[in-house]
Amino acid sequence: MRAALRSRPLLAGAAILLFWIACALFGSRMTPLDPYADDLLATLAAPSSAHWFGTDQLGRDVFSRVIVGARDILIVAPLATALGTLLGTALGLAVGYFRGALDTIVSRVIEALQALPLVIVALMGLAAIGTSNFTVVLVIGFVFTPLIARTVRSATLSEVDLDYVAAARVRGDSAFAIMFVEILPNVLPVAIVEMTVRLGYAIFFVATLSFIGFGIQPPSADWGIAIAENYSLIGSYWWTVLFDAGATASLIIAVNLVADGLQHLAEQ
Amino acid sequence: MSAQASDALRFEHVDVMYRVGAHERRALSDLNVVIRTGRTYGLVGESGCGKSTAALAAVRYLARNGRVSAGRILVQGRDLMALSPLELRQVRRHSVSMVYQDPARALNPSLRIGRQMAEVFEVSEGLKGSAVQERVAAMLTRVQIANPRRVMGNYPHELSGGMQQRIVIAMALSKHPALLILDEPTTGLDATVEAEVLDLIARLRDEFNTSILFISHSLSVINRMCDHVGVLYAGELVEEGSNAEIFGDPRHPYTVALLRCLPRFGRRKTQGPLETIPGFLPAIGSSTRGCVFVERCGNATDHCRAQAPPAIDLGGRLTRCFYPERAPDLPHTAEDAIVRTTPAATAPQGPGAPLLRAHNLSKTYRLGGRALRALHEVSLELWAGETLGLVGESGSGKSSLASLLVGLSAPDAGGEVDLDGERVQPLAGERTQAQRKALQMVFQNPGSALNRSQTVRTLIQRSLRLLALPQPQREQRLRQLAAAVRLPEQHLRDKPKRLSGGQQQRVSIARAFAGAPRIVVCDEPTSALDVSVQSAILNLLLELQAGQQVSYLFISHDLNVVNFLADRIAVLYLGRLMEIGPTEAIFTGPQHPYTEALLSANPGAHAHDERIRLQGDLPGALDLPGGCVFHTRCPRKIGRICEEREPALLADGDGHAMRCHIPPAELARLQSGRDS
Repeated sequence: MRAALRSRPLLAGAAILLFWIACALFGSRMTPLDPYADDLLATLAAPSSAHWFGTDQLGRDVFSRVIVGARDILIVAPLATALGTLLGTALGLAVGYFRGALDTIVSRVIEALQALPLVIVALMGLAAIGTSNFTVVLVIGFVFTPLIARTVRSATLSEVDLDYVAAARVRGDSAFAIMFVEILPNVLPVAIVEMTVRLGYAIFFVATLSFIGFGIQPPSADWGIAIAENYSLIGSYWWTVLFDAGATASLIIAVNLVADGLQHLAEQ
Repeated sequence: MSAQASDALRFEHVDVMYRVGAHERRALSDLNVVIRTGRTYGLVGESGCGKSTAALAAVRYLARNGRVSAGRILVQGRDLMALSPLELRQVRRHSVSMVYQDPARALNPSLRIGRQMAEVFEVSEGLKGSAVQERVAAMLTRVQIANPRRVMGNYPHELSGGMQQRIVIAMALSKHPALLILDEPTTGLDATVEAEVLDLIARLRDEFNTSILFISHSLSVINRMCDHVGVLYAGELVEEGSNAEIFGDPRHPYTVALLRCLPRFGRRKTQGPLETIPGFLPAIGSSTRGCVFVERCGNATDHCRAQAPPAIDLGGRLTRCFYPERAPDLPHTAEDAIVRTTPAATAPQGPGAPLLRAHNLSKTYRLGGRALRALHEVSLELWAGETLGLVGESGSGKSSLASLLVGLSAPDAGGEVDLDGERVQPLAGERTQAQRKALQMVFQNPGSALNRSQTVRTLIQRSLRLLALPQPQREQRLRQLAAAVRLPEQHLRDKPKRLSGGQQQRVSIARAFAGAPRIVVCDEPTSALDVSVQSAILNLLLELQAGQQVSYLFISHDLNVVNFLADRIAVLYLGRLMEIGPTEAIFTGPQHPYTEALLSANPGAHAHDERIRLQGDLPGALDLPGGCVFHTRCPRKIGRICEEREPALLADGDGHAMRCHIPPAELARLQSGRDS
């Protein structure tokens, strides 16, 4: 814990992350103006004291929309990551513990999946089951499962040969008990670090999907959607894109700083 | 000054500190060692006493958080601390060589032997081309490698551990160093290979006239190799003297206690338990006002507690004790234990049925399409309350046999295990609860055998479930077990990392005994432990056996330990049972030629020149020799028959069986001829 407080990147990342989490939780009460109210008399207004970040094509306040935009992405991305971690850890444990044919088959499938661009895989999934926040969580969760499974598998492989697993087998513990009671606590730090790394990717992933119209759906205020709607205007009306892009980037950087920091701690 | 310059190594009042967090901890204090040219100096002590720190300081190669905080270290009269980086490199390049415990880590896995050995000659002598190849081959011949040209083309992993260590020694000696530092050079090797490597080191020392700093935890190895011996305890040199003085007439209570802990050659459990050293090594850097050994010393007085004894000169030898004359009369620790432990009833191998019967066990592994026969048609029996010792070199199939018996792997078709006359399923998961309870195991390395994320309480409780007790009784049983293995109750809350190696092994034993087993397979349970801890664990096993009538299958490479503990001994070689019989019969003979060689490799068994040396390496399990598997190394091979026909395991009337073409009477004649 003291080591965590001494790591500056970790602290900086955590501060930015906390800011966005606060926005997601209390955003609707923090905004100076209604993020959904259009003002057709003040469309595409430049940043000013009335509209700090300017207004968009419908005259909505960009600052308020950036604040509120943290909400959906910070629900969808962590849930998707959690789902992927849960499934991936279970799969990785099973494959690492049983090895043999199961390992060979699952590993080849994972490699095949990784050869495809993940966004394409996700798009096919969303095209098949339709798009909503719920389906985005499902699809990203499934897409991440093999990635996390691979990391957990290699951590499990180095545990399985230790004698405490043999001791559990000699006293007749079931495979389930050995995997989840004996081995899991020892591979958990690896899984948690992998989860924070994946969270950064998940945010990027959700933003990307929203940008191409398959992620979070209007009228929700969302950074990806805002960028998609306005990027053709970036030459003259830069404020309609840049603040949303900056928000996305700062969130991803914050998560990566935290992930890096945790990884260092886990290695110590 | 000239006397100093002629010394290969001098430590003068050396202190070494390690910085841990914000604290500086002292690992060595006021160390004085002088190694004269051509002499071998042995540094002995238990783990954590500072042996390796001394070795690293001697080449100024301490870890980054370590530093020499006081004193001088001189190599051939040059002060190491005063050298510039360039000069230091010169010293390391030309004057000092080191050999570490694990040769596989000292060799570069991606370079052929010839290439990495050539580097020594290129760097230290500036040679090039075929001249280098000549020198490498010559050097390999000097370390008794029969086919140097072939070995030069090999990668390290293609060679056995003994070969690898010989190559590391060859590399170390190639530059004719003034000082050779050997840090546990034979610890990872089998007994017969160890004997061979030690012989080689002794011969090369005379040939090269090299001074040696020999570091080992093994008293018998130090005894065999060194002229002068220093005993380290908690970073202090507590006693120093000639080999004869230290081993024949020790004058520090620690040395006395350490020597008493060893199961001496020929000592049996019927003579009472082994001695131990009570208490623990003080933590590194903990400061005490008095003597470092005071907490564990039977001779300690208030004077010892108040003041640290200086090094006292006893006429050419030193001891850090106020009462060197009382050391030989150090009170014995085991006397009260004798009352507690009645020696286990001697081999109840009566007419009744055996408790465990293994029949025709074989284990073949598939390795890339080739068959690796780890175990071949081994049959043996275990009676209630007896201890069967299982010995053999690494690769002999000891651990394979253990894992078949406890159900970690299944034998090849045809192999059967009976418990109480009832057939048991091959895998533990398929056996009945009662059968699993009956057969438990203690592993070699408690660090690996104890789940590091569980507390001691959880570790033991998870095995207690085998008994299916109601909760209050389970808690009571847990406390009983902790008390039985002498584990203080406050440690139940701790994770294994917080315990010492000996305490961890106690937890491991408590866990094996949790389900009230009838047979416990002990796979080298003390080989990862220090001598003083080993004796305590062996005593504990004896005591538990006497109290609970449990049978042991005790696997060990240490023949003195097996001799001490076992009622009967089984000898494995390349997966074959070569000999089995009562311990007395095995040790007095006639023995199988392989057993004979194992026994004679055992330090303390024979005078040096009588030792039998096995020729060559253990054949690989992938290409086993035909006929008798031992014929390639057998010193008593009689001819073609050994190469062509595998002898049967023939028993005499008294349960002593061996697998040899030479009749026992003839073996007895041959072997008595050697001993007289």
